[in-house]
Amino acid sequence: MNTSATAESVVAGPETGYERPNYLNAEYGISSWLLTRDHKRIAILYLVSVSIFFAIGSLFAMLIRLELLTPEGDLMQPDTYNRVFTMHGVVMVFLFLIPSIPAVLGNFLVPIMIGARDLAFPRINLASWYIYNLGGLFVLYAMVNGGVDTGWTFYTPYSTSYSNTHVIATGLGVFIIGFSSIFTGLNFVVTIHRMRAPGMTWFRLPLFIWSHYATSLIILLGTPVIAITILLVAVEKAFRLGIFDPKLGGDPVLFQHLFWFYSHPAVYIMILPSMGVISELIAAFSRKKVFGYKVVAFASIAIAVLGFLVWGHHMFVTGQSIYAATVFSVISMLVAIPSAVKVFNWTATLYEGSISYQTPMLYALGFIGLFTLGGLTGTMVATLGIDVHLHDTYFIVAHFHYVMVGGTIMGYLGGLHYWWPKMTGRLYPAFLSRLSALLVFVGFNLTFFPQFILGYLGMPRRYWAYPEEFQVFNVLSTAGASILGVGFILPLCYFIWSMRYGKKSGDNPWGAIGLEWDTPSPPPTENFYTVPVVTHGPYEYNPEEVHERTSHPEARVG
Amino acid sequence: MPEHVASIKMYVGVFLALMVGTALTVFAAKVDLGAWNDIVMLTIAVTKAVLVILFFMHVKYSTRLTALTAVGGFFFLAILICLTLNDYLSRFELLGPLVPGK
Amino acid sequence: MASTAYDRHLEGLAAPHGGHHPSLQHQFDSLEQQKESSTLGMWMFLITEIMFFGGLFTAYVIYRSTLHGVFAEASHELNVTLGALNTAVLIGSSLTMALAIRAAQVNRQKLILLFLVLTILLGTTFLGVKTIEYRDKFHHHLVPGPHFAPAEAALQQVADKAQIFFSLYFIMTGIHALHMIIGIGVLLWLLVLSWKGRFDSTYYNPLECAGLYWHFVDIVWIFLFPLLYLIGAHTH
Repeated sequence: MNTSATAESVVAGPETGYERPNYLNAEYGISSWLLTRDHKRIAILYLVSVSIFFAIGSLFAMLIRLELLTPEGDLMQPDTYNRVFTMHGVVMVFLFLIPSIPAVLGNFLVPIMIGARDLAFPRINLASWYIYNLGGLFVLYAMVNGGVDTGWTFYTPYSTSYSNTHVIATGLGVFIIGFSSIFTGLNFVVTIHRMRAPGMTWFRLPLFIWSHYATSLIILLGTPVIAITILLVAVEKAFRLGIFDPKLGGDPVLFQHLFWFYSHPAVYIMILPSMGVISELIAAFSRKKVFGYKVVAFASIAIAVLGFLVWGHHMFVTGQSIYAATVFSVISMLVAIPSAVKVFNWTATLYEGSISYQTPMLYALGFIGLFTLGGLTGTMVATLGIDVHLHDTYFIVAHFHYVMVGGTIMGYLGGLHYWWPKMTGRLYPAFLSRLSALLVFVGFNLTFFPQFILGYLGMPRRYWAYPEEFQVFNVLSTAGASILGVGFILPLCYFIWSMRYGKKSGDNPWGAIGLEWDTPSPPPTENFYTVPVVTHGPYEYNPEEVHERTSHPEARVG
Repeated sequence: MPEHVASIKMYVGVFLALMVGTALTVFAAKVDLGAWNDIVMLTIAVTKAVLVILFFMHVKYSTRLTALTAVGGFFFLAILICLTLNDYLSRFELLGPLVPGK
Repeated sequence: MASTAYDRHLEGLAAPHGGHHPSLQHQFDSLEQQKESSTLGMWMFLITEIMFFGGLFTAYVIYRSTLHGVFAEASHELNVTLGALNTAVLIGSSLTMALAIRAAQVNRQKLILLFLVLTILLGTTFLGVKTIEYRDKFHHHLVPGPHFAPAEAALQQVADKAQIFFSLYFIMTGIHALHMIIGIGVLLWLLVLSWKGRFDSTYYNPLECAGLYWHFVDIVWIFLFPLLYLIGAHTH
């Protein structure tokens, strides 16, 4: 296995303070960042953008939870509340959840994990960041001009014929962001197919790569459909056509079919990369190869394919035929299987592993529990009879937050904490980071578990006022949200702090195995000093070697 | 690796086949074949598309991955259309005649 | 074709100029890897286009199935002759595009230019015919929206549903035309590059990619023409 040991690394190191040339210090100046073609710099650019939009989405979440502290609608007008939850959804789904892991962690790691110098199309990679920001600007424009009140789902004919809010601007923003997503997915697929290092066969790829490959397939096949659908909505609204308006001969349910054809696979775009991260974290912090590697790899592909066959489960009560609803319900049960298999395999990986509870592992363990709850409640609502009662209640809200926050965001944070030393060469304070992980876990559960109960008891979603009997659960939920907020703010602070004051991490603080750990932290611009030659599969942890591998003292548990 | 260079004759041949297909589809459309009109029309269109894909787009001389990509795209489009139709065709109230007398 | 990345790396190093062909980008090990990647990338983009137009075709299929007879009736308003002519023109432009790429493969610089120009001319002809058709629709008040007023009696009775046909007609052919305009723009740029001698038998990736795009746009029209123009041709 290729190592990064050169004469330079002997001289450089935490003691001497000499910094080897790496992608961060290779060039200075704002244009060296804004015009970069280096996938690692583009990942950092995305990190900044994505974090800003996450903060904006969180502000909307805060407003929602504040309004829902009391049963009366006393903080804002109902119209305003509609806009607040819509913008929360639009910003979080399109500007945070879908891009975050692929554009930040994927962009940084995919070339390195396969032994390449960069992605296949570096300029398209940079373009995707600019396009993301352009789309974000459209959404921000709509936001400062009063927002949209249709719900992030833009259901017609309200969005096309009745709403007088900035549907077109927001829609165009989402359309543009879709291109950003497509460019990222396209880049990943071609890179993974054509640029693997010598010896890197498909079944020696880390599961992170398999996940991102599957995600990219979904992106390529699904995103264009929502693009054309939004375009149709915009055209209909602008030219007063009637494609989806029943008064003019159109069919609103057709909109929903087209919308959900993408938006269901979109949730797999959100969760698959996170699952890829979890595979890496579980292996590294159990010092064991992932149990059933091939099964997990194929499960990613299965989720991607099956995910395209179930969209009608979002439309059980909106006018589909019962026959179609039943078909979608049955297939939805099937799509749960590969996800469950992954959870079993991660658990089996933990068994008899040499487990250490570093911060990334805390997030990974949290993911397993929370994703399981989210997934199980997913099969509950995929059951036609139950969904008739639970649709559009807080049960659904709780379900998707369990998988998207308890799932995706835990994976995102876990991955950031795991690869932060790789990306920056710095460590963050261990105590604070573990405290944050705990706050996130506790805060999250306190926020969203009561919502399962609320939904079961009948509280509808998207309502700005509610009967008094629901207040106690809403108060718990808002309290949880405050704790969760702290859990998110802390990493923002200590990550930024660590870039200047964090201890230097050395090349492989976790003692993990992977091509990304065989190159310096931070990596040189070309990723590797010589082309790596791969001779074995991923996660080849040897129990005897565990304690001998390079491990930064600060990174080890006590 | 030398790239496969197709002959001009091949390209012109495909072009002529496509022209014939176009003429055929126009003439067939003018004859009332009932339900078969759609089938004939789509068959000709698909054949033309396949010719373009295989020869103009060089898929015949490309990797299996390229061919798989092309097929895959159309496969997922088929899923979109078929599963959506699945809903509409099972809602029988939608399928009656709407234009009086037709 | 089964060479590993390492083989390509060695091939690249052994090639003339030590493997540094002026068009070889740094992330690739060899021209072959670069070409394979760019072709695969273009195909990935094309599957997004398949799904993009696919959404429109889905709407078409659904509405045609559920609005019995309306589509066929409305289709009469379209000019089959012009549509067929445009089909021939577009297929011809696909031929010239394919021949342009072939010219690059055999290093005939002047032929590249000739065939690119022909492709652009044919593409522009297509757009010209489309403009005539659109203007005609406009004059006959067949543009959907507040001014939609078909003259045909049978259509007036189902005007609201007929406007769905015309909405789809304009949107599908309109987006198709937009793709053609973009394609012509790209071809013009490639024409400039070809004139500067940028392409030869060792490097013509952009031409190949543009060709793939152009043929795809042709395929979309191959389906649009019968589905929009020919579905009512056998009645009256």
